[in-house]
Amino acid sequence: MYVAVKGGEAAIEKAHRLLADRRRGDRSVPALSLEQIAGQLSLAVDRVMAEGSLYDPELAAMAVRQSRGDMIEAIFLIRAYRTTLPRFGATRPVETATMRIERRVSATYKDIPGGQLLGPTFDYTHRLIDPAMAGDHPVERGARREVAGDAAYPRVTDILNGEGLVEPDIASDAEPGDLTRDPTGFPAGRDLRLQALARGDEGFLLSLGYSTQRGYGRTHPFVGEVRIGLVDLEIDLPELGFAVNIGAIRVTECQMVSQFKGGGEDGPRFTRGYGLVFGQSERKAMSMSLVDRALRADEFDENRAAPAQDEEFVLSHCDNVEATGFVEHLKLPHYVDFQAELDLLRMLRREHAADKTAGTDRQEAAE
Amino acid sequence: MTREHQTSGRKRALDAMASMPADLLGERYGAIAKTAPQAIPVRGPEIGAVMVRGRIGGGGAPFNLGETSVTRATVKLDSGEVGHSIILGRDTEKARMVAHLDALGQLAAWQAVIETDVVAPALALDAETRRQRAEETEATRVDFFTLVRGEDR
Repeated sequence: MYVAVKGGEAAIEKAHRLLADRRRGDRSVPALSLEQIAGQLSLAVDRVMAEGSLYDPELAAMAVRQSRGDMIEAIFLIRAYRTTLPRFGATRPVETATMRIERRVSATYKDIPGGQLLGPTFDYTHRLIDPAMAGDHPVERGARREVAGDAAYPRVTDILNGEGLVEPDIASDAEPGDLTRDPTGFPAGRDLRLQALARGDEGFLLSLGYSTQRGYGRTHPFVGEVRIGLVDLEIDLPELGFAVNIGAIRVTECQMVSQFKGGGEDGPRFTRGYGLVFGQSERKAMSMSLVDRALRADEFDENRAAPAQDEEFVLSHCDNVEATGFVEHLKLPHYVDFQAELDLLRMLRREHAADKTAGTDRQEAAE
Repeated sequence: MTREHQTSGRKRALDAMASMPADLLGERYGAIAKTAPQAIPVRGPEIGAVMVRGRIGGGGAPFNLGETSVTRATVKLDSGEVGHSIILGRDTEKARMVAHLDALGQLAAWQAVIETDVVAPALALDAETRRQRAEETEATRVDFFTLVRGEDR
């Protein structure tokens, strides 16, 4: 039950003033610039864009600063902002096959056509805190090496498909569902599931993906390929009568190749899970692909027993803005609810005490 | 000029200008706008969003990945040419400049100037940026080699 209670206004105002003060911190230290956040904390910015579900590095950097680095708070700010924007339309589906590659590795083919390109990765670092990070030492530019004129980076699925070893994509131009416009019903199509996972909480999806590896909905996954890079966005402009390229965004794609299924007309072949995320985030893309595969249990006649296979559970709980809203609302005033609970509890205890006394009396009488 | 040719030229210019950093575009536009016919705004510039789509599995049916902020503008010259723009981000001034240049590009007198001063440098810069990034990535390529083991001798 909610009732209007006044009196907090002055305290709230002072609290927000104190928040602004603490956010700014020591005034003798220069304030963070958006260029510093977007440039040097770029993976934090990428996460805010992915889960905020709005690609805009400058805005995400502002949100990170405003939230004092609280990622879910920053994601919340981006989600709130995006609701104020008019929707002009949708892009053509991005072509990840022609991505301008910044990193690309395959765990299944050492000699994958196009090669293994490590890019700016934390892999193979020793995970020791580097004393250089305490200072501002000059940093070398990345090395350069000439690219062969005919360089191409076919997707691993296109390579496996040649032999019929993996389930192919089913080409279609069907209009996808949009969970930001229509309430989600169950069962949900794979298009809606992927939309929910793409904006879902990285930690939640990581744990669910991990749970499938530990046996809760096992799928025997291999990373067919992870690629990070820039893809062009094309949008059809009716006023022009043709599509224009509005710019490029960075995305991470993961093709997870999972245990094969036998039988049917096509014979045994690998199944797949798919991950696609805004920005550079292979942990999120890999987790997404594991969960996507787990959620396809029905398609492959698998027993749906584990949390990661339960689409209603996963889709209803993967959004950290919804989750934080419901969890954190508990700290807001519930004085009246609680008063009602107290009254009820006191009455129950009085009755209990009375029963006990009466019981004792009866027992004494019997003796 | 055929309509198809016009369309491809216009698309090429719009694509190039969208990729151009706003400060460089502003510099080139400033020089052109001094003497070029002025434009009046028809719509915007207005900030909005477009839904970015991916494909299930990379090549299957479309799904909605998430939105991106965009800015669009439409302007009109006194002589009637209408220019449009839509660019990534929230830079209203850049959207206005691109729309104005798109309108001017439909005038024979300005087409060559825009090509030389805006489109060509934008494409050159974009190509150089792409080349640098590709070469930096290429330097991280794994060149596998096999060690010859003793028992093979």
